[in-house]
Amino acid sequence: MSVPAPRSQQAIQHAVVRFAGDSGDGMQLTGTEFTREAALHGNDLATFPDYPAEIRAPAGTTAGVSGYQIQFAAHEVFSPGDQPDTLVAMNPAALKVHLQDLKRGGLLIVNDAAFEKGDLERAGWKSNPLSDGSLEGYRVIRINFEKLVTQAVEGAGVSAKDASRCKNFFALGLVFWIYSRETEREEIAIRARFAKKPELAEANLRAFRAGYNYGETIEALDAPFTIPPAKLKPGKYRNITGNSALALGLVAAGQQSGLRLFFGSYPITPASDILHELSRYRRYDVTTFQAEDEIAAIAAAIGSSFTGSLGITASSGPGLALKTEAMGLAVMTELPLVIINVQRGGPSTGLPTKTEQSDLFQAVYGRNGECPLAVIASRSPADCFETALEACRIAVEYRTPVIMLSDGSLANGSEPWLLPRVEDLPKFSPNFATDPAGFHPYKRDEKMARAWAIPGTPGLEHRIGGLEKDALTGNISYDALNHEKMVRTRAEKIRRIADAFPKTQPYFDDKGDVLVIGWGGTYGSITQAVIEARASGIRVGHVHLRHIFPLPNDLSDVAARYRAILIPELNTGQLRLHLRGQIGLEGIGLNKIQGKPFHVAEVRSAIESLARRSAPSAKEIA
Amino acid sequence: MTAPLLKLTKKDFTSDQEVRWCPGCADFAILAAVQKLMPELNVPREKVVFVSGIGCSSRFPYYMNTYGFHGIHGRAPAIATGVKMANPDLQVWVVTGDGDSLSIGGNHLIHALRRNVDLKILLFDNRIYGLTKGQASPTSELGKKTKSSPLGTVDRPFNPLTLVLGAGATFVARTVANDMAHMTQVLRRAAAHKGSAFVEIWQNCPVFNDGAFEQWAEKDVRDDSLVKLEHGKPLVWGKNKDKGLRIGGNFSLEMGSAEGAVVHDEKREDVTLALALSALEPPWPQAFGVLRAVEKPTLEVLAREQEKAAAAMKGPKDLAALLQSGDTWEVGTGEA
Repeated sequence: MSVPAPRSQQAIQHAVVRFAGDSGDGMQLTGTEFTREAALHGNDLATFPDYPAEIRAPAGTTAGVSGYQIQFAAHEVFSPGDQPDTLVAMNPAALKVHLQDLKRGGLLIVNDAAFEKGDLERAGWKSNPLSDGSLEGYRVIRINFEKLVTQAVEGAGVSAKDASRCKNFFALGLVFWIYSRETEREEIAIRARFAKKPELAEANLRAFRAGYNYGETIEALDAPFTIPPAKLKPGKYRNITGNSALALGLVAAGQQSGLRLFFGSYPITPASDILHELSRYRRYDVTTFQAEDEIAAIAAAIGSSFTGSLGITASSGPGLALKTEAMGLAVMTELPLVIINVQRGGPSTGLPTKTEQSDLFQAVYGRNGECPLAVIASRSPADCFETALEACRIAVEYRTPVIMLSDGSLANGSEPWLLPRVEDLPKFSPNFATDPAGFHPYKRDEKMARAWAIPGTPGLEHRIGGLEKDALTGNISYDALNHEKMVRTRAEKIRRIADAFPKTQPYFDDKGDVLVIGWGGTYGSITQAVIEARASGIRVGHVHLRHIFPLPNDLSDVAARYRAILIPELNTGQLRLHLRGQIGLEGIGLNKIQGKPFHVAEVRSAIESLARRSAPSAKEIA
Repeated sequence: MTAPLLKLTKKDFTSDQEVRWCPGCADFAILAAVQKLMPELNVPREKVVFVSGIGCSSRFPYYMNTYGFHGIHGRAPAIATGVKMANPDLQVWVVTGDGDSLSIGGNHLIHALRRNVDLKILLFDNRIYGLTKGQASPTSELGKKTKSSPLGTVDRPFNPLTLVLGAGATFVARTVANDMAHMTQVLRRAAAHKGSAFVEIWQNCPVFNDGAFEQWAEKDVRDDSLVKLEHGKPLVWGKNKDKGLRIGGNFSLEMGSAEGAVVHDEKREDVTLALALSALEPPWPQAFGVLRAVEKPTLEVLAREQEKAAAAMKGPKDLAALLQSGDTWEVGTGEA
């Protein structure tokens, strides 16, 4: 396609764009298409898809609004951004939900054709926002998408309904123009996406081009924006979501340990994509098993670990609740097992598509009996790769179940991933027992890991199960002192995992006014908030815990170097209480329980106000 | 291993653990039958795995000198599915009871069967909860007075055979623990079956449900109350084999003389005959032996075939290539 180069452009450093529409409008697709081009353009980026639990909530209602936000930049970015610079609202409901977030003076693209009386009523507008002054203070581009798209795709050989469904590509084209994106790659992608239906490919291509040209024709802006590539660390990148990275991390763990993977899972939002991804990697010695329920998923994984595979199961909070008893069995039988919890809003069914960090207690403390296991958490979409690999390593080396916590925002959010070199990935060995001489099922190595003797090995036939074990033979034992010894042994084995952790190195200031301790998906918001707070002269450190249990041994010492501790969490304070209980650390909580990530501004202002409150008095300074 | 196979004996399959069932428990007979059968199957001991759930029957693995996993209540079929999928070369047995597999673990039982995982599932049915000391189970008859139902149960029992046939089981049989010869024969057939093999074993609990089966399963009444199934032979019973099952009007089975009795066909693709036999309850003669034995692809084999097909189509494993798949871009050192 030949498009005249815009007359002039204005270079900016970063932008936040949000696409919003009905859940049938294809906004997630539009967002991911725009994201791919931003990635391939070389921008750093972070994304946040936000969609309803219903596949198709009633059309035109606020319940059915689906949104996708991306921050892309010429510099490093850590979060999807607080407020969009550009908002695309495909209907009044999308406008109703998202207008409040749009930056004052921001660019608003609305689908003019969708603002009839009935549309407005369904979305809960009392009067028409296009004409009642609601949009004052924004730069509004009103477009009759229906008319323009219908005209654009005329002759492509698609039905009126299919033509109308090309609206999202028209919007994509327009936003491409606004941010001076190259169109070639997107055109190839559209052709590939609709390869089996050439007429749809043609229609969507036409809509995309028409949207792009429309920006030029109406001079939507005096000069479109450009955002140059970011100066990222050199290397090869790919844009990746948390669930995809996690699945690849598991495959890598299998290849690096030589273990066959067994992945048992039951469909649940937002974890199902891990099953989808892994079932595509079967040739990497991956067995996937869609079980009849959550319990069977983990039980089969345990059976596979007993047999010498690395058993893995993935779910979200409600599913983890069902797996609880089986986790105890894995603790008792001391078998490697990785349990992934992609957290969502709870309790009960809660908010299936919204993010939350409220399963920390469940992970660390939520089982019957004295039942310790390792708990680790990933911090960003790409970090899910490394965290998954780490979960597998701990599970195998210590013969223990490991819970890996992710969350909805990481699972579906994406960012550029600097691809690791395979030779740099950790290798670890299952170290199976093979020698009958002196063999006992519960004989331990220096890590306190017990022997892993798998069926098929002659001379090592043995029986294990959920009843208390004799400390050496693994035979059933009801002996009182043996029970106490085993309870303490299981605890000590988990505690010792921390002995191999690297030293805790806070980011930014390694002593000072405030230490922010975070975990999980809040990493991006906290990092950006710390950068901004430090710019105002406060000395702030940031520790983002990967290891939730056991905790790093030196955490108290590190924390003692700061005047105050801030613990931001998307729950009511679970890490805060965990740290108080485990190491006696007193922090101040910043807690948000809205099913949404932190805004950078929320964390920054908490840091600043804590710094003020804990500032040394004049006397102290003297 | 190239060493010549030593002929194993029952003793080789007996573990050093003290057997802790109540005196007189029929579980002893089943254990003896299995331990005796194992050497005959010619499977190396290290390739045999017994998996169980919770309950009296589920202590079974501890007494077998093979690999064993004593799981959690009801989950044995799921655990065993993981074992078999992880290593299809193993011979995997599931030992369970009527509470374990028909109540708390009902879901896992039916799904293991529909998937046709190659598991030998032995259901010790004593129609009572034994380990928890005498509550009604899903096979306790309606109205049964137990500790948990002093006025009699108000829930109707499962018919285990009908249930598992409905779940698509490819091998379904029934035997009784006090008929060693029949039980051994059925277990041998189950062991030889490729796919899920389900065996209901009537097993008397002398403590909490003594005599549950005596009206039809004791030696002196068996001939008149059980129809012994033999593939290709007519469905006849009675001391003199003079009574037969035949198809009557209205799509029903009827009892009559031996002449013209339906010939048993355990390999029938459709499940109608097996279902009709499974549903026979007193005063009808109850089915005894193999109701169904059909060959179907097994889960673990299908899964491995898919892996091989994927490998053949997409080439050898290459982790680096996998990580770099999709749209990638380079950030050079120059511009940084």
